Amino acid sequence: METTYLEAIRKGIWEEMERDPKVFLLGEDIGIYGGAFKVTAGMLDRFGEERVVDTPISESAIVGAAIGASFMGMRPVAEMQFADFITCGFDQIVNFAAKCRYRWNAPAPLVVRAPSGGGIHGGPFHSQNPEAWFVHTPGLKVVQPATAYDAKGLIKASIRDNDPVIFFEHKALYRKIKGEVPEEDYTVELGKASVFREGRDMSVITYGAMVHVAAEAAEVLEQEGVSVEIIDLRTLLPMDEETVLSSVRKTSKAIVLHEATLTGGLGGELSARITEKAFESLDGPVLRLAAPDTPVPYAPTLEKAFLPDVEKLLEKARWLAAY
Amino acid sequence: MAAVKPVSPLMDAGTNTEAGLSLRFLYYMSLMREVEDRIERKLYRQGKILGGVYVGRGQEAICVGAGLVAEPDDVLFPCHRDLGLYFIRGIGPAEVLAQYMGRVGGLTQGRDGNMHMGDLKRRIVAIISAMAASVPVAAGAAMALKQQRSRNIVFVFFGDGATSRGDWHEGINLAAVQKAPLVLICNNNQYAYSTPTEKQMSCEHVADRAPGYGIPAEMVDGNDAWAVYEATQRAADHARQGLGPYLIECKTFRMTGHSAHDGADYVPKHLWEEWGAKDPIARMENLMLDRGYAAREDLESLQDQIRRQVDEAVAWAEASPYPEPETLARNVYEESR
Ligand SMILES: Cc1ncc(C[n+]2csc(CCOP(=O)(O)OP(=O)(O)O)c2C)c(N)n1
Repeated sequence: METTYLEAIRKGIWEEMERDPKVFLLGEDIGIYGGAFKVTAGMLDRFGEERVVDTPISESAIVGAAIGASFMGMRPVAEMQFADFITCGFDQIVNFAAKCRYRWNAPAPLVVRAPSGGGIHGGPFHSQNPEAWFVHTPGLKVVQPATAYDAKGLIKASIRDNDPVIFFEHKALYRKIKGEVPEEDYTVELGKASVFREGRDMSVITYGAMVHVAAEAAEVLEQEGVSVEIIDLRTLLPMDEETVLSSVRKTSKAIVLHEATLTGGLGGELSARITEKAFESLDGPVLRLAAPDTPVPYAPTLEKAFLPDVEKLLEKARWLAAY
Repeated sequence: MAAVKPVSPLMDAGTNTEAGLSLRFLYYMSLMREVEDRIERKLYRQGKILGGVYVGRGQEAICVGAGLVAEPDDVLFPCHRDLGLYFIRGIGPAEVLAQYMGRVGGLTQGRDGNMHMGDLKRRIVAIISAMAASVPVAAGAAMALKQQRSRNIVFVFFGDGATSRGDWHEGINLAAVQKAPLVLICNNNQYAYSTPTEKQMSCEHVADRAPGYGIPAEMVDGNDAWAVYEATQRAADHARQGLGPYLIECKTFRMTGHSAHDGADYVPKHLWEEWGAKDPIARMENLMLDRGYAAREDLESLQDQIRRQVDEAVAWAEASPYPEPETLARNVYEESR
C-alpha cells in the first residue's frame, strides 16, 4: 500500500506493540496528543496509559527510565520531541546506555526516536542533524531511514535489536515521501546499506533526506551522460563499509553527501575509509557535500543557502565527472 | 576458579530476630570496613590498585541497614560508598578486590574499576561516574516493575552532592508522577568532595527537597544501622503499597578523604572527633554487648574471621590474571554466538 514515511514508522511501532507486550512508549505529548508529529496517534486508545507514557519535560529521565526498564526485561521506545533536545539526555545515552553491555554485560535494548533535519523553517533548535555525536559513541547503533519501506522495516528491527538504537526520522520526509509498504511483518536488517540506484560512473554515498536530493540530481546527470550510483547507508553505526567500498571500486569516483554540517561529520569518516581502502580504484578525490559550519538559520534565504540541494550536488558532480 | 565463599559460617545462624539482625548488621559493616581498609590503606598504596578509590568509612550503616530490608528480587542501585550492598547480594570480597585490581576475576572482568560494578542476575545495577545518573534509570526500573505487577521495588543510593544534579530532580519527578515503587536513600556525609552542603544547596536538609515533588521524606541517624533499617522498612512498605517514591536522608560523615589521594585538610578537626565517636560499627558492638546478644570474645572472633576471609580474598584476587588484550573489542555490541 502507498504509505507515507510517517505512517510507515507508526505502523512499524504499532505492529511491534501488538506483537510484544514488553514494548512500550515514553515521551512528551505522545499519548493524548499522539506526539508532536502524530507518529504515536491512536496508540494511547489502543494500548493504554501504561504502555504509552506521557512524561514530564525531562529528556534525561526519559532516556534513563528507558534504560532502567530495559534492564527489567522491557523494550522501551523513547521519543525525543525534536532531535535537537536529545542533548538534554546525552549523558544517559552515551555514558549509561552505550557502555553498560561492555562494562558489565548488561544489555540495554531500547530505541530513542529523534525527529531531525531541516527544510521546515524550524531554525537553530528544531532543525539539527546531530547523528555524528552518536556515531562517535561505540555501543550505540544509529539508524536513519530514507524511504517508507525502510522506515517500517528499520523501526521494527531497531525495536527487536538487543543494543541501544538512536533512530533519526527526517521531519521533512514525514509527509513528503510515500512508497509501497507491505502490510505484513518484515524487518530491514541493521548495519546494511542499500544500493538505492545503480550506476557506473560515480557513487554518491548518503542517507536520510539527502538520498532524495541525490536521486533528483542523478536524473539530471543521466541526461548529461553521467551514470550515478546512490548508496543509502540506512544504518550509520555500525557502518556498512563493504557496500560503500564495492560501489566505489566499481565507479572509481565518490561524493559523500549529508545534511549535517561538514566538520566532524560522517563525510570525513567515509572519505577516509574510501581513500584508505579503495585508493587504487579512485580516479579522483573523494568529495564531500554537507551543510556549512554554521547553526541552522531560520530565514528562508539563509536556510536555502545552508542546506545541501540538487544544484549544489550537480556542481560537485559535474566537476568530479570531468576530473 | 571459584571465588571465595562470601558468607561467614557465623551468618548461618542469622535470623530476623533482633539478635540475629544485629549480628548481620555487624558482619556486613565490618566486612565492608575491612575490605575498604585493605583497598584504601594497603593495596592502593602498594600500587596494586591503579584507578580511583572511594570508600564508605563511617557510613557503613546506611547501605547495610537499608540493604537488609530489600527482598532478594528487589533492584539495588548502589552509589560509590555502598559496598555492603554487594556483599548482601552474595558477591564476595574476592570478586570485589579483583574488580579494583582490574583482573578478570572482577565483576566487570577488568572492563571497569572500583565501584562501577553490577550484575543483572543479582538485580544490582552498576553506577556510571556521573553523579545521580542512576536516579532516572532506577525510576524506569521501578516503572517497569509496576507495569509487570511485580511486588518488587527499587532502591537507589546517592550522596548529598548528587542531589544538585538535574538527573536527580528529573528522575524523582518522573517516579513521583508515575507513582513508581522507588526508595531513595541519601547519604548526607556533609561533603561532596571538598564542597560542604551549604555550598551545595540553600535548603538545610536534602529531605527539604522532597515536598517539591510531592513525596514523603524523613531524616535518620545514618550511623545507626537499626534506625536506617526501620526507616527503610517504612519507605519500602510505602513503595510496595503503590504509594510511590519515598526519600530517606541519612545524616552521616565521611571518615576519610573524598578518595584515596585526598587528605581532606579542608575538614575541621573537631568534626573527625565528633563523628569518630559515633562510629556505626563500635555502636553496634556496644548494643550487642549491652543487650547480651554477644560476648566480647564472640565479637573478637568475628573480626578475626573477617580478616582471614579478606586475606584469602586478596590472595585470590591477586592470582586472577589481567584480561587478555585480544579481548579489547569484545562485547561492544551483542555478539552472535
Ligand atoms: C556529573 C559529575 N560531576 C562531577 C563528578 C566528580 N565527582 C565524583 S564524586 C563527587 C562528589 C560527590 O559528592 P556526593 O554526591 O555528596 O557523594 P559522596 O562522595 O559525598 O558520597 C564529584 C564532584 C562526577 N562524578 N559526576
